[in-house]
Amino acid sequence: MNLPLKTPRRFRRRALLLAGMQLGLAGTLAWRMNQLGVKESDKFRLLAEENRINIRLQPPSRGIIYDRSGNTLALNRQVYTIEIIREQATDPEAVLNRLAELIPLSKIRISEILKELSRRRAFVPVTVATGLEWEHIAAVSANSPSLPGIIPKLGLNRKYPIGADFAHVIGYVGPVSDYDLSQINDKDPLLLIPRFQIGKNGIEAKVEKPLRGKAGYKTIEVNSVGRVMRVLKDQSGSPGVNLQLTIGHDLQRFATERMQGESSAAVVMDVNNGDVLALASAPTFDPNKFVNGISVSDWEALNDNKYRPLANKTVQGLYPPGSTFKMVVALAALTDGVINKNEEIFCPGHKDINGRKFHCWRKGGHGKVSLREALRYSCDVFFYDIAIRVGIEKITETAKALGLGIKHDLPLPAVRTGLMPTKQWKRKNKKQDWFIGDTANAGIGQGFVLASPLQLATMTARLASGLILQPRMLNMIDNKSTFINENQKLNFKTEHLNLIRTGMYDVSNHPRGTAFSSRIDEKYKMAGKTGTSQVRFISKKEREGGVTKNEDLPWNRRDHALFVGYAPYKNPRYSISVIVEHGGAGSRKAAPIARDIMKKALSLGENSYGPMPNQIRSDKIKKSGKTV
Amino acid sequence: MSFISEKYQGIPTGFRKILHFHWPIALLLTSVSFIGFLMLFSVSGGNFNKWAEPQIIRFCIGFIAMIVISFTPISIWRSMSIPTYLISLILLFYVEYFGITGKGAQRWIDLGFIRLQPSEFMKIALVMVIALYYDWLGEDKVSKLRWLLPPILLTALPMILVLNQPDLGTAILLASGAAVVMLLAGVSLWYFMAGISSIAGLVYAVIISRGTEFQILKNYQYQRIETFLDPSSDPLGTGYHITQSKIALGSGGYSGRGFMQGTQSQLNFLPEKHTDFIFTTFAEEFGFLGGIILLLLYILIIFFCYLTAMQNHNRYSALLTLGIAATFFFYFSVNMLMVMGLAPVVGVPLPLMSYGGSAMLVLLGAFGLVQSAHIHKAR
Repeated sequence: MNLPLKTPRRFRRRALLLAGMQLGLAGTLAWRMNQLGVKESDKFRLLAEENRINIRLQPPSRGIIYDRSGNTLALNRQVYTIEIIREQATDPEAVLNRLAELIPLSKIRISEILKELSRRRAFVPVTVATGLEWEHIAAVSANSPSLPGIIPKLGLNRKYPIGADFAHVIGYVGPVSDYDLSQINDKDPLLLIPRFQIGKNGIEAKVEKPLRGKAGYKTIEVNSVGRVMRVLKDQSGSPGVNLQLTIGHDLQRFATERMQGESSAAVVMDVNNGDVLALASAPTFDPNKFVNGISVSDWEALNDNKYRPLANKTVQGLYPPGSTFKMVVALAALTDGVINKNEEIFCPGHKDINGRKFHCWRKGGHGKVSLREALRYSCDVFFYDIAIRVGIEKITETAKALGLGIKHDLPLPAVRTGLMPTKQWKRKNKKQDWFIGDTANAGIGQGFVLASPLQLATMTARLASGLILQPRMLNMIDNKSTFINENQKLNFKTEHLNLIRTGMYDVSNHPRGTAFSSRIDEKYKMAGKTGTSQVRFISKKEREGGVTKNEDLPWNRRDHALFVGYAPYKNPRYSISVIVEHGGAGSRKAAPIARDIMKKALSLGENSYGPMPNQIRSDKIKKSGKTV
Repeated sequence: MSFISEKYQGIPTGFRKILHFHWPIALLLTSVSFIGFLMLFSVSGGNFNKWAEPQIIRFCIGFIAMIVISFTPISIWRSMSIPTYLISLILLFYVEYFGITGKGAQRWIDLGFIRLQPSEFMKIALVMVIALYYDWLGEDKVSKLRWLLPPILLTALPMILVLNQPDLGTAILLASGAAVVMLLAGVSLWYFMAGISSIAGLVYAVIISRGTEFQILKNYQYQRIETFLDPSSDPLGTGYHITQSKIALGSGGYSGRGFMQGTQSQLNFLPEKHTDFIFTTFAEEFGFLGGIILLLLYILIIFFCYLTAMQNHNRYSALLTLGIAATFFFYFSVNMLMVMGLAPVVGVPLPLMSYGGSAMLVLLGAFGLVQSAHIHKAR
């Protein structure tokens, strides 16, 4: 060991320096302990025992939702609420029992509240009763000295004045549940307020955060009976943003009512800009029932209904598009050049593919048909033939260009993508090779092909306009328009699109067209296409036995009825898609509904927007003199 | 060879090591931990199984680890410095990308029986590797600018990783631990003054440039700093804790409200009462006197570390002992400053008292190193 002597000496000097600094810091700690624990002890003891610093959340008012002409679809109604804060009520049970003499409050509810109180942090107010009358509040206020921790409050409750017509679009709010809290990673303290209302479905759920707004805080000092001594800090929050939809109430109501009694969906879209004008799903329900928590019996009634009223069939329902898919197949074949515009194909009523018989809906066949006639009569054999010629990949490509099989960005939960199959898809998901028969089935919109009513309306709008339209449902967010005018042209030849449009024109206006009975016989004409899609496999035996009559089958095995269309034929304005679940033939069930909704849409005339939500809001504030 | 040289230097071998075990330090560590068990029992409202029992089991495991480490020659630990640092660094990288996030920022690896926080290991590994560096580096080079670069890099790497988590408390402890070893190693004081004044200057520049054309940070970054410095702008979070913590500390008075009698903590005002804020409960129940006694216990541990380090001629041992002692010191002082409202809440536990496995094991292991340095020093 021959360490230089210098090292230990310098090390010792440095160690002493360090020790000195540490002692200084330790001294600071001791001084602080003395200051808090001895010098200012009295002050803190008082704070601990007699006064409480209290932080109160000021919940923001939720954003209001308007329709395209300024009708209010979702608003906040004032209700009187009574809350209790545990740290102020020294004995919550005694306080609640005294309170029960003044307002209606059952023993069961009291035990519920006590349970709730023990779970929450001491300063979080817990709702005791809501929807109270002014007399109750007056009685509670008069007795406030004997009710420590009880706070009467003017609260806000969500209300849907139009109710059922917009239930699927707007959705509904409901009290936040423990399950919700476990599902969302959101640290907003508002969610800790018991029974705080958050969006559970529809736009309310999808646009939850902007609609909710931001909480304000009030830091207050209160004495032992809960009387506010002074406000230490007041931080204001911001209300939720207001929304305006592109959907108008008149058309939405008409569509909903027209579909009454069916399990059905209809979508109307503006062909010029993609605005969704109606998005109706039937049957519907009253969203107001959910706002304060739905009763078990109501919930079961909605859930057990075989027509599934809670589902928004316009975006969540997926159906084989049936013959409404034939435009896609025709466009794919024309674009690929496998057929030309005048080519005729002979339809004997069936086509043999690899030893299997593929039938046309018309038993005797259509004879020789051109593309225009094939669309007009909805000849299946023609489309089996051209589908096989052009191949599934081209069909899927065309379908996606027209807005099928892709997810459209609407502010709704569970918007579904549908399915446009490819060979690769089948190998991956069905562990099977693609058969030619699969292509033939896809040629008439059966088999693996699935689409939602929204997608079908988008497809029709794109066919009618020749533009790549994106469906748009929110017109304004917080008074800012979401409109972007950049619809590009579809990459198809106008000549081909025109040929398909004439075929669709014939469907509704040619005496032998499948939807002739549902034509619009006015200044404006409608172009369209019917569809009847099978939900079951028809066995050979059934076909030979001839018991395939739709009416003889149980409801859930009947065919779906579909119709897509646009009007006016010249200078189109609106596209529409209608599906009636298990409704039978498209020409009989869906086409008349589509015609009536379309006529209504045309009769409503100018589709301009109503007054700006902002103006409505500030007017209301001025009139009532209170902030909402 | 090593046996002969050790014998020649008077380093104890075999069973003679037990005679040189530093019993005062071991006793002090046990006392503080025991106070910790009592407090965990108290804040759980008299429930032994909830926090106290697992903490006792961890203490026992940690204590055995400490003894094993103590009797292993310090030369072995010296040669383990670099591997320990590298493994800790890899684990830090690992949790950065694959770890489990809990309580906001702390990240750990779940081994089933224990959740490992690599950042805890890094605090000691960094001290080890920097002590090794200065032991290796010649005396004359210590204050040369380019020889200053390696320790700075060794510190910056893990600091960036923990800041990214983000865990400011650990980053501060890492930087302080490294700085202390550098100070003891004899790095010129001018560097420290330059370092401190440049940090102060930078902070000053950032603050006064706000609102001018030369503003250094973005506006939202300033807002973040503001919330950090003034927790009351987040009244339901940290600000509430601090207010309630101060009330609890103050209401304890001179001699406290008595064991298990603290109303503030018993009434669930503090959600972190068993971890970072455990001192609050202690001070409420045992008052100013209890707080001072606890502080003295901590200082005594450090004092004994100084005593043994000053008599240790092995440079690595001496640097390591005081580096660990300083890290331990920063642990409890930052925690106490934080709960007494003198420093922002950065999430540093109270050593040996707060509920938590990694910190307990790492600290006892680190004192194993101190013991090893003490036992295996030339006499």
